[in-house]
Amino acid sequence: MISRRDFLQVSMAASAMLGASGFGNWARLAAQQKLTQDQLLDFDTFGNVSLIHVTDIHAQLKPIYFREPEINLGVGSAKGQVPHVTGADFRKMYGIEDGSASAYALSYNDFTSLAQGYGKVGGLDRVATVINSIRAARPDALLLDGGDTWHGSYTCYHTEGQDMVNVMNVLKPDAMTFHWEFTLGGDRVRELVQDLPFAALGANIFDAEWDEPAEDFAPYKMFERGGVKIAVIGQAFPYMPIANPRWMFPEYSFGIRDERMQEVVDEVKAEGAELVVLLSHNGFDVDKKMASRVKGLDVILSGHTHDALPEPVLVGETIIIASGSNGKFVSRIDLDVRDGRMMGFRHKLIPIFSDVIESDKEVAAVIDAQRAPYEDAMSEVIGQTDSLLYRRGNFNGTWDDLICDALLSEREADIAMSPGVRWGPSILPGQDITREDIWNVTSMTYGQAYRSEMTGEFINVILEDVADNLFNSDPYYQQGGDMVRIGGMGYRIDINKPQGERISEMTLLKTGERIDPAKSYVVAGWASVNEGTEGPQIWDVVENHIRKQGTVTVAPNNSVTVVGA
Amino acid sequence: MEFSRRDTLALGLGAMALTMLPFRAHAATDDAIAAFTGGADIAEGGVTLTAPEIAENGNTVPISVAAEGASAIMVLATGNPTPGVATFNFGELAGAHSASTRIRLAGTQDVVAIAKMADGSFAKASSTVKVTIGGCGG
Repeated sequence: MISRRDFLQVSMAASAMLGASGFGNWARLAAQQKLTQDQLLDFDTFGNVSLIHVTDIHAQLKPIYFREPEINLGVGSAKGQVPHVTGADFRKMYGIEDGSASAYALSYNDFTSLAQGYGKVGGLDRVATVINSIRAARPDALLLDGGDTWHGSYTCYHTEGQDMVNVMNVLKPDAMTFHWEFTLGGDRVRELVQDLPFAALGANIFDAEWDEPAEDFAPYKMFERGGVKIAVIGQAFPYMPIANPRWMFPEYSFGIRDERMQEVVDEVKAEGAELVVLLSHNGFDVDKKMASRVKGLDVILSGHTHDALPEPVLVGETIIIASGSNGKFVSRIDLDVRDGRMMGFRHKLIPIFSDVIESDKEVAAVIDAQRAPYEDAMSEVIGQTDSLLYRRGNFNGTWDDLICDALLSEREADIAMSPGVRWGPSILPGQDITREDIWNVTSMTYGQAYRSEMTGEFINVILEDVADNLFNSDPYYQQGGDMVRIGGMGYRIDINKPQGERISEMTLLKTGERIDPAKSYVVAGWASVNEGTEGPQIWDVVENHIRKQGTVTVAPNNSVTVVGA
Repeated sequence: MEFSRRDTLALGLGAMALTMLPFRAHAATDDAIAAFTGGADIAEGGVTLTAPEIAENGNTVPISVAAEGASAIMVLATGNPTPGVATFNFGELAGAHSASTRIRLAGTQDVVAIAKMADGSFAKASSTVKVTIGGCGG
């Protein structure tokens, strides 16, 4: 059994760790095939307040496979710090045994064989079971959704987010913040938000014309739970109009807005808040910096960068919680709030092992009802894969290699570009690839695959620009995605150099020649942020390619040389 | 990523600019500062310059400046071909010593605000605003 001291519990007054995380023990239990729902959910209720955090679900209603990144490099002060620790180093840091359930959930090694052993993860019906169990112990627990919920699947695209709204409403969140939701368009977001039975928060969502807080979103909501006055402040993704198409929501402006956040914290404290929770879509490194600059944040529930951390990170007296993505994890945080301050906490990152955690029948029925009209189209088998298909990683993943191959061949291009997004489940070798699987890694409202001529110089500018969005040593200048994936071209990157000096040795793979800055190349890509982009939808391009292949095999990709890691 | 075929042409000009990133401070910046301060020393602090870290639209970047007790605040976009943006003058009866405007930035660069205080001293604040072609967000 997992004993009391297996949970991470910290007394704020002493700032001393009183126990390790539960992960090491799950590992042993699972290795003996004894992992049970009771063990996953076991938690000695602590203090007087419970928070439940889910984030970056990306419309994954059903269980999936999801491989965590192998390459996740930090620069500057983030180098070697979580979440920029992966694989064996990560397991060592948290005392996780190789081959254990925790190793499967939190690292990438031996993914295929562990996935076959431990099965799929996630599924909002399983998430519902976990939430219900926490609410059984603490009926007034707050459920907080960090956003990127209404994006990322076939049904979400076709219902414009309605499927996710319907399912989440059954889970009864207390508040939510936003990112990809805005790519449904400003009008659609307002339409959905108006009817939400919970708070839609974003202290940094501003009216673009007047540069004042937007009226459609509250900056915060006050709750009273366990006799404690709690302020939940929302922070939407700061770089919405830069990383995603601005023309889809021209009426809104975002930004990090430290000064605004401090004003809001001061305001809620003046209203009597004893606990200040930031429901954030900043990304982990931005949240770390914000915790050091904004005074008075007790808990940051961090989203956007899809990191899953078995222990909170402490910055000053702020704890930062990272709860993964794609429905793979739920975080539970119990807090002891007394005399107007947080005295201590207990935390558990609960991995949603779909074969271990029971399905909640009510939520499963709602999920199936959303999917029913689309089930035939989604379940059509397009091909098979011999390779593990995954996306996460700073430079490339096999899913993106396959998408780039599809762009190169279907669009007859020299070079392909695929956006460095972090969503999208994995497919195991030997599995069928269905239409739904393709949509899970490509679905978006601006999926047109363009075909364009670009000079070598301009391609270099793009790579430098994206690299600086990822590797700028100041997290406030990072946007939180990964490097743009490139097909048909190799390059060398020195991540520690300044913008304009990181990229070199750009080589056209089909000829082995260096890219000529003055020469034009045919480039195919997708997810342009520019209005009026023309071309077939990327999911159709990928489907046609896979259909022709029958069984896809993705060769190892060594075309990017990374220096300075 | 981005760029339809049509947009690529338009972006070509931006690309020329972006390859020179970050924009070097213009000699005209030093001249403008010297003309404003008369060569006096400039202290750091005492001025608040609020600007986005990354511009949502480089053609219209909202900024605001404030300096308690200032008689004038000069704003410079150090990397623009013409760095001078505005000088806000505050009379003795001014209730607040702050101003907001929107500025156009040719590329990633430092925006500088220099305040002339009532006692004749000068103070400065600076902020890097990144202008990016965007896309690829996670």
